[in-house]
Amino acid sequence: MPYTLKINGTDHQVDGDSDTPLLWVLRNVLEMTGTKFGCGAALCGACTVHIDGVATRSCVTEIDNVGTAAITTIEAIDATPAGHKIQKAWLDLEVVQCGYCQSGQIMSASALLASNPKPNDSDIDDAMSGNICRCGTYVRIREAIKQAALSGNTNERRG
Amino acid sequence: MFFDHIMTASEPVEGTNPQDLSRRAFLRASAATGGGLLMSIARPFPGHAAAEADAFAPNAFMRIAPNGEISLIMPQIEMGQGTYTSMSMLIAEELEVGLDQIRYEHAPASDKLYTNPALGFQVTGGSTSVRGFYVSLRQAGAAARMMLIAAAADTWHVDPASCKAQRGVVSDASGKRHLTYGQLAEKAAKQPVPADIPLKPNKDFKLIGTPAKRIDVAGKVNGTAMYGIDAKLPGMKIATVAACPVFGGKLGSLDDSAAKAVKGVRQIVRIENAVAVVADHMGAAKKGLEALKITWDEGANAHASQTDIVGALEAASHRDGAVGKSEGDIDAGMKGAAKVVEAVYQLPFLAHAAMEPLNCTVHVRKDACDIWVGTQVASRAQATAAEVTGLPLEQVNIHNHLLGGGFGRRLDIDSITQAVQLAKQVDGPVKIIWTREEDIQHDVYRPYYYDRLRAGLDASGKPIAFHHRVAGSSIVARWIPPLFKNDVDFDAVEAAAGPYDFPNLLIDYVRQEPPAGMTTGWWRGVGVTHNAFMVEGFIDELAVGAGKDPVDYRRSLLGKSPRAKAVLDLVAEKSGWGKTMPSGSGRGVAVLLGFGTYLAQVAEVSVGKDGQPRVTRVVCALDCGVVVNPDTVKAQVEGGIMFGLAAALYGEITVKDGRVEQSNFDSYQVLRINEAPAIEVHIIDSQEKPGGMGEPGTSALAPAVVNAIYAATGKRLRKLPINTDELKGA
Ligand code: FES
Ligand code: FES
Repeated sequence: MPYTLKINGTDHQVDGDSDTPLLWVLRNVLEMTGTKFGCGAALCGACTVHIDGVATRSCVTEIDNVGTAAITTIEAIDATPAGHKIQKAWLDLEVVQCGYCQSGQIMSASALLASNPKPNDSDIDDAMSGNICRCGTYVRIREAIKQAALSGNTNERRG
Repeated sequence: MFFDHIMTASEPVEGTNPQDLSRRAFLRASAATGGGLLMSIARPFPGHAAAEADAFAPNAFMRIAPNGEISLIMPQIEMGQGTYTSMSMLIAEELEVGLDQIRYEHAPASDKLYTNPALGFQVTGGSTSVRGFYVSLRQAGAAARMMLIAAAADTWHVDPASCKAQRGVVSDASGKRHLTYGQLAEKAAKQPVPADIPLKPNKDFKLIGTPAKRIDVAGKVNGTAMYGIDAKLPGMKIATVAACPVFGGKLGSLDDSAAKAVKGVRQIVRIENAVAVVADHMGAAKKGLEALKITWDEGANAHASQTDIVGALEAASHRDGAVGKSEGDIDAGMKGAAKVVEAVYQLPFLAHAAMEPLNCTVHVRKDACDIWVGTQVASRAQATAAEVTGLPLEQVNIHNHLLGGGFGRRLDIDSITQAVQLAKQVDGPVKIIWTREEDIQHDVYRPYYYDRLRAGLDASGKPIAFHHRVAGSSIVARWIPPLFKNDVDFDAVEAAAGPYDFPNLLIDYVRQEPPAGMTTGWWRGVGVTHNAFMVEGFIDELAVGAGKDPVDYRRSLLGKSPRAKAVLDLVAEKSGWGKTMPSGSGRGVAVLLGFGTYLAQVAEVSVGKDGQPRVTRVVCALDCGVVVNPDTVKAQVEGGIMFGLAAALYGEITVKDGRVEQSNFDSYQVLRINEAPAIEVHIIDSQEKPGGMGEPGTSALAPAVVNAIYAATGKRLRKLPINTDELKGA
């Protein structure tokens, strides 16, 4: 059946079974490939998007359950203050290796920072342990989140 | 990655020796189509003498366009190891441009143009990038700079020696006249390649040795980087596949009526041992696959079990093996020993579980086949597609992509062969995506190793004879058969005596393959990772047996290896080795030589009453010779440690009824951020030849951890993954 999904501020008309995971609508139907597939079972975090600002695994989110909520993906995270700071810290500290997990890492980290401007180590563990990085960039992810947190007020949406 | 030993065996790693004239002779320059300068590095075809002029084919490597754009066509693929940046740094250093002025392209498939000279085909082994190209890329950059300067000097009628190049601009002595590389490129292409190409002395390096920013990361933080799985084509369908879960089994009967009824499913495609559902999107393809009623023809392995596989390896380990290395007289050494100690060490099958699941997009037409994929072996991908389609090689185009992790998995082409077999039956382009379950259950596994180690000790506990028998399957025999010589898998016995000096030594190898259809392959650190675990665990036992400190004991065996001793001493100092730790905690050490790099690690581990080990800190000291990018070296060690720790704590693939028992990140656990230790990396300032850095960080981790567990609990673990039951209440 037809659905209207609000993604990065734009409405998209899509058609599909109600149980179709949002991930595949994003990647295959709308060709927004920044959001990644890693496990399909909410075990790795590669597919993380924000739904109304909350980090959500799109591989297990059926389109029927999204409703009119606002979906934000990696392609637009730069427009949020927290996302912008996280991306910058990621580049400053050279977090990335193969990069495949990093869309999901950045989405989880920006949701964390937006809701908790001064996360401590255990906050970081809680928010980030659902995101696997096989290249093992964890040391730098932790540092980058702390650096982004130091760079000022993050819990307001831009514009 | 792991071809270093092959590289060093059959072609000396390019040194900094200015007498190395052969390299210079291989440089070619020509005009690029559309104007500009094209620099190439010609490599001899394997089997041809270097003197035969027609035995060389130049690989287009660097293009300077009239608009000034400098493109590097990367013969080595980027999979996170930072090779695109290191390669660019080598060129940019001598070309006098900034890294920001360089853009990269993936090389197309061609054995002729992009062959790895040691292996005779196009292959990326990460750690070889810098080692193999350290001099030739710099020469290419320097030659191009000299030709661009010569072109400017010609234009101005001045002496080239009076001109200067900086950030892609040539200036004359007055500093008033300037020409950009883009303006000069066409004229430069007509200049002769200089006969003498002096390289910068190390002290003048501006880029090499600095923590330069990586050139491939911008798109990796905003979702625009393109991996194979992101390929987009008009009319493309998405498919997912199920291969027979039993190794070597086939597709039996199939009822696809329910699958065909799933919305968005377009087609069901069968091949001998697998079935795929082709759909509009992966959601529909997966749903369709679940709706298939498949009967598998399980074949000979229907009852294959882990016990049988390990039993066969155990039996193999009692047979005399083919001799990998023999020094002195092992029998006499053992006979003359005051005491002989023996131990069995085992390592499990491992999956790779790179974050990007295997995938391959294929478009087969009557007269051509195009493939979009991320692969470390582009020409093998091309060859398998040609074979499956019956098309000539030149009609198969490989579009390579960034790799979402390799770790050795993308050195095999099984998934590409399968994809082309499926796509042949589909009209239009189709992207075949393996689910994570498929990726783990049909991996090419790191071999199970069952090794026997034996040491003959003198009265002080020092080994005078050392015997290491390796039993396991042979990757080399399957993957590159010509290098499987005298029944020895050179990789399986690589570093099997560690960096140590034993007066009487025997390393032998017994080949024992798993059930047919279960394939074993390269995994990060390969031979060195396997043997460092066996040797460094065993040496630790010997140290304890001799009543010596593990660092002192190792030091006493490293008389002939000052670089190994230096990293060991440095890691001991930086880790605070010898300082007391709280009860239930301990420090463990491991040292190795692998891929031309000397590396030592100290791990700090605490073990809870529940037997759960927690690795809190890892200190690493290394000497990898001249460092091109210290930040990349550091990142590779950090990542390597996490990769090694995942394997030590959890990594294990087991077989039951011919099937792999693990399937996703719940049953095949990997490391998460809350388990990540603090890491310190200390790099020794060295002018030695560059060593490989993609793997040794992984290799040293597991032995350092099990040795730390021994220090904490008195339990000696000789098998991975760590069995927490053995540590309960320890
Ligand atoms: S793909 Fe969604 S959590 Fe792994
Ligand atoms: S950067 Fe490769 S998986 Fe995280």
